[in-house]
Amino acid sequence: MIHMPKRLVTVDLEKCVGCGLCVLACSRKFGYAGNDYSGILSVSLSGFERGATVIFCRGCEDPPCVQVCPTGALRKRKGGGVLYKEELCIGCKNCVQACTIGAIFERRDGKIAVCIHCGYCVNFCPHGVLALKEVKA
Amino acid sequence: MRILKINLSEYSYEIEERDDIEEWIGGAALAVKLMREEIKPNVDPLSEENVVVFAVGPFTPAYPLASKTVAMFKSPLTGNLGESHAGGRTAMAIANAGYRAIVIKGKSHKPVYVVVENDRVYFRDARVIWGIADSLVVARIIAEKEKGRGIRTIMRIGGAGVKLVRYACVTTETYRHFGRLGLGAVFGSKNLRALVVIGRGAFKVKDVKAYKEVYREIYDLALKSDAMKKYHLIGTPVNVKPLNTIKALPTRNLTSTTFEKADEISGEAFAEYNLGRRIACAHCPIACIHVATLRIPYENEPYFYRTIMVSYDYEPIYSLGSMLGVGSREGVLRLIHKVETLGLDAMSTGVCLAWATEAFKRGLIGENETIVKLEFGNVENYLQAMEYLYQQPNDFYRVLAQGVERASEVYGGREFALAFGGNEMPGYHAGYATHIGYLIGLRHSHLDNAGYALDQKIKDYPPPEELVDQLVKEECWRQVLSSLVVCFFARGVYKPEIVSKAFKPLGYELSEEELIRYGEETYREKLRLKVDMGFKKPRIPDRIFETECTHGKLEREYVERALDYWWSKYVR
Repeated sequence: MIHMPKRLVTVDLEKCVGCGLCVLACSRKFGYAGNDYSGILSVSLSGFERGATVIFCRGCEDPPCVQVCPTGALRKRKGGGVLYKEELCIGCKNCVQACTIGAIFERRDGKIAVCIHCGYCVNFCPHGVLALKEVKA
Repeated sequence: MRILKINLSEYSYEIEERDDIEEWIGGAALAVKLMREEIKPNVDPLSEENVVVFAVGPFTPAYPLASKTVAMFKSPLTGNLGESHAGGRTAMAIANAGYRAIVIKGKSHKPVYVVVENDRVYFRDARVIWGIADSLVVARIIAEKEKGRGIRTIMRIGGAGVKLVRYACVTTETYRHFGRLGLGAVFGSKNLRALVVIGRGAFKVKDVKAYKEVYREIYDLALKSDAMKKYHLIGTPVNVKPLNTIKALPTRNLTSTTFEKADEISGEAFAEYNLGRRIACAHCPIACIHVATLRIPYENEPYFYRTIMVSYDYEPIYSLGSMLGVGSREGVLRLIHKVETLGLDAMSTGVCLAWATEAFKRGLIGENETIVKLEFGNVENYLQAMEYLYQQPNDFYRVLAQGVERASEVYGGREFALAFGGNEMPGYHAGYATHIGYLIGLRHSHLDNAGYALDQKIKDYPPPEELVDQLVKEECWRQVLSSLVVCFFARGVYKPEIVSKAFKPLGYELSEEELIRYGEETYREKLRLKVDMGFKKPRIPDRIFETECTHGKLEREYVERALDYWWSKYVR
């Protein structure tokens, strides 16, 4: 059996209520309560009058963040997006600048948080906004 | 735990590490403690000496549904202890910024807004925006100027706070409010237009595996059990119809408890015709915030429309709907939008205008005072009157901006001035427990002890003493919830056993008995602070004995006996 790589996607953003449970799930996966280790961000659309959305890595096939990483901490991931080797990261934030949609986040310790498409947050998205989908590698 | 103290008089701040306070203390319990340390009980609420505490809890942001923030201050409306809770993103931002509480002291010489960004505090000039009445506009300006999108809260006042209306609120994330008891006026008196908190942070839990298990259990309980079902779908306005049916819906200044237009302004009707979207407070899967879309045409300009998004809940539908005899959804939404933009508390505003309408009808006041003709159901004139509450063009509106207790002292009509402990009445007239609950509740809120819910269960009333003990017991448990800053709507999820269980992975052992003691102690301390601030036995408005409720007409003697018993057993 061939395992297809998977990627985190949004199914229907109109149903996003801005609860941020995905954000908290992401840090919790690493044993933390809070948002510091989260590679996903829940935002309102210029105020909650217009609803809410989530910002996370959209799994570029040719990621600019990898191109500007001087240490190889960010590497291309099979199926799109990146893998993050934290111990190699020197906290230069080049990647933060390079990402057009602002999906790489600065942690308090100077390193970064980025979605690696593990799908842990999907289990805690109460309104079915997020899903993990198979993609062609 | 870390406490941030901001001094507006000196434009300074300090971060205190408080090793002397147990790590599991938060919310209401912590706020009472900090108030005790920081405030002289006899200060003028609108003076530089008043203090504001914002406190979050030990479960923020570890568990869902624990995202309320408790604000404590001296209330300019009652002259006594003020406590107000709000959802939104405030608690999450404060906790992620690294604080269990933020204390605000002093008074700025000139208008400012304050930005807290984790360990730093910035004082920003607010002179340019001070005169903007619309709270939504102020929020948008600050949102565009400051960073922290997605990880911040913007707590701000509208024009009512600037003009020191004693029941002005502080609004957060557009649709959630520190509504009651006038925190907005306290902000205004301190020349503080807004408090922005930007928080990025996290803490490592003690037992990761157990933490994830308990988290999952709470999450499933919230979503899959019936514990919160009623908030999922129609939201709090689901109450309109049943309350009307059981004769508990205060209507036209409580001259009636059934409203002939109740179906028109019911939660079901709003959901069917107006609901535009639902949103959630941070870390809440329920999303009970219901936002209506209202399209208002311009009368003389075809093809021009104003489209506004208005958050509606049961309480504003009661206070600006049935209480004012307004039976159209459009009318209710426009009135809610007006209090939202000005930053007025919806309940107090509605009750004040309902009293004024009756006083007008009886000739106690006339158009000299009210400028516009006040009549039940007249939306346009109520909109204008709200504008006057903000502008305060004459003595009458200056007095009405101080609340219904004060207004009825000056103009009469005390018997139908519906305030309890100085706080305008919430939306229930269900029986003895409702009103005794308002009178003895430490915030004079229906949520203190949920007497209104008890009335809906009771068939035969016990002696008043027993009822009081029951209400106090409920209020003590709710001190635990509001110290954990758990949303009261999630009280069915956070039973003592779950609370105790949730503490363990965070590293704290608290038995159910200890939790209950914690609640009782918080209740006692809060009451003691109220007494030191000059708490007097509250007045009982005559009107509640004149209008039929679920249990028929209420007898004064029962309520007086209850109040006397509470006063002698708990207060003295």
